[in-house]
Amino acid sequence: MKGRYPLVVIGGGPAGLAAAATAAEHGVKTVLLDEQPAPGGQIFRNIEGIPVHRARRLGEEYTRGAALVQALRTSSAHWSAETTVWSLDRGRELGVLCGGKAKLVRADRVIIATGAQERPVPFPGWTLPGVMNAGAGQILLKQSGVVPGDGVVLAGSGPLLLLLAWQYLNEGVEVKAVLDVQPLGNWLRAAPHLPAALLAHHYITKGLGYKRDLKRAGVTALHGIQDLRAVGGDQVRAVEYIHRGRLGRIETPLLMCHFGIIPQTHLTQAAGCTHAWDGAQQCWCPVTDRWGATDIEGIGVAGDGAGIGGARTAEHAGRLAALDAARRLGALSREQRDRQGKKDLRWMKDELRIRPFLDAMFRPPELMLTHPTDEEVLCRCEEVTAGDIRTALDEGHTSPNAVKFFTRCGMGPCQGRQCADPVARLVAYETGRDPSEVIPYRVRPPVKPVTIGQMAELETS
Amino acid sequence: MFKRLDPPARKTVTVNIEGTPVSVPAGETVAAAVLAHGLVYTRTTPVSGRPRAPFCMMGVCFDCLMEIDGQPNRQACMVRVAEGMRIRRQRGAGE
Repeated sequence: MKGRYPLVVIGGGPAGLAAAATAAEHGVKTVLLDEQPAPGGQIFRNIEGIPVHRARRLGEEYTRGAALVQALRTSSAHWSAETTVWSLDRGRELGVLCGGKAKLVRADRVIIATGAQERPVPFPGWTLPGVMNAGAGQILLKQSGVVPGDGVVLAGSGPLLLLLAWQYLNEGVEVKAVLDVQPLGNWLRAAPHLPAALLAHHYITKGLGYKRDLKRAGVTALHGIQDLRAVGGDQVRAVEYIHRGRLGRIETPLLMCHFGIIPQTHLTQAAGCTHAWDGAQQCWCPVTDRWGATDIEGIGVAGDGAGIGGARTAEHAGRLAALDAARRLGALSREQRDRQGKKDLRWMKDELRIRPFLDAMFRPPELMLTHPTDEEVLCRCEEVTAGDIRTALDEGHTSPNAVKFFTRCGMGPCQGRQCADPVARLVAYETGRDPSEVIPYRVRPPVKPVTIGQMAELETS
Repeated sequence: MFKRLDPPARKTVTVNIEGTPVSVPAGETVAAAVLAHGLVYTRTTPVSGRPRAPFCMMGVCFDCLMEIDGQPNRQACMVRVAEGMRIRRQRGAGE
C-alpha cells in the first residue's frame, strides 16, 4: 500500500464495491480497504468461494453480489484485504493496520462504506454462550457452512430474522421457533406507510414467501412475545418468554437474536462529522447530502453507514459517492456527475420507499430499548449492569460520557460498539430526555485496537 | 451445538484447539473452527470470570477474544486458521 491515494474507500460491501469500481472507471486512482480476506462485506460474505448450490439456496439477494465483486476485480481499483482502519481525522489521514503493521495513509477523498452492525439490545441472559446475533449465524453459514446441529431458536425483530429462518430451513437445520418481539402497535404505526411500501413490493412478496415456507414446514412462529430471556448457568439451556400472558419455555442450546441494524459510526465520529438522531430508525446517522458528502471536506459516506437503506440502496449510494469524488478530483464536470448520477438517484429513491414501513413494522419494543432490569449487563466488556448505570445517574452523572468515566462502561475492547446505544437510551429514559438530546460516548482513535509495538513501528511513508 | 454441512474439505490445515489436534478447512476463521469443533465457550471475562462465546462474528463485539499462538486478545472471528496454530481459551484479560 502506498502512502497517498486520490481516493480511499473503506469497506468492501455493496456500497464500497460500487464506489471503488465506479471511481476507477472514471480514472481515479482508488484503493479499497477491507478487514476481510475477500470482497463482499457481510451481505455478500464469501461470494467468490461459496459452493454454488449453497449460494443458490441463500437466495437472489445474495447471489447478485457476484457481479459487484466481479466489477471490482476487473477494475483498476487496488483491493487491500485484511486491512483495518483504526483512525481517520478531518485532514483525511488514515491509520491503517495491514499485515500486522500500522501505517499512515493520506487521501484526497475518503468514502466510508463500513455499513451497519446489529442493534445491541440487552436482555437477561444475552451474554451466555449459545446466545449470538442472527447475523453471526448467517456469517457462519455463508463463510463456513457451519450451522446449528441441535436446533436453534430465533428471536427478535427485523427482516433478517425471517430470512435466516428460511435459509436454515433450506439447509435442513431444525428451527425450533421464531419469536418476534414486535408489539401490536407496530402494525398501526406501519399501516400508513404500506401504500408507499407496495411500490417496492418485491420485498414484501419475498417476506411473505419466507413466512409461507416456514409455516408449511411447521416451524413455530409466535408474535408479540415479551420478557425474552436466555436461561442457563454457564450456557444457554432454554429460552423463556411471555406470550399472550402466559410463560413459555423452549429447550435449546442456541438462541440467535436480532433487533435490526444500525450504522457503524466509529469512523465518521472519529473524523468529527456531524451526526443526527433518526427517530424512525432509532439510531444516530452521519448527516450527508444526496451524494453522501458529510460536513467534513473530502469525507463522504455511502451505504448503511449513512442510515439503513439495505444492500441495493447501498450500491446506488456507492456509485453516487464515487461520481461526486470524481467530480471533486477533476475527473468529471458537475454536469457529467449530475447526468451520470441521475439513474442511481432515481433508483435509490424507489428502493427507499419500503423503509418507513420496515422501520415502523420491525421497531423493537420501547420497553426493551429503554428499560433493562437492574441485573442486565449493558456493557458486555466491562460487565456493567443497568443497575450500575442507574447508580451513576443517581450520583449526578447524567451524560453517557460521565457515566462511562464513573462505571467504566464503554471502556473495554469493543470501545462502546455494543453498549453506546443501550447506555444512551437508558440515560435518556431515566433523565426524561428524548434520545436525540443525549449524545452517546465520545469516540477517540484508535477506534480498533493497535498494540504499543505496532504503534512504535508506525510507518509514515 | 454446531455442525458442518459440507463433507471434509479438500484443503485442510491441522490446528491445536485446547490441546487437541483438529483438522479444519483452510481459510476458515478461528471462531468458526472452534464452534464447529464443539467449544461452547471461548474465553472467561476479566471481571467476573464468566464464560463467553463469539457473539457477532464480524469483528464488532470483541467477545471472541482468544489466545492464538501464545498471543492473547486476538479476535477469533477475524483470524484465519493456519497450519500448526495453537488456539486456547483466553482466561480473563489474558495478560
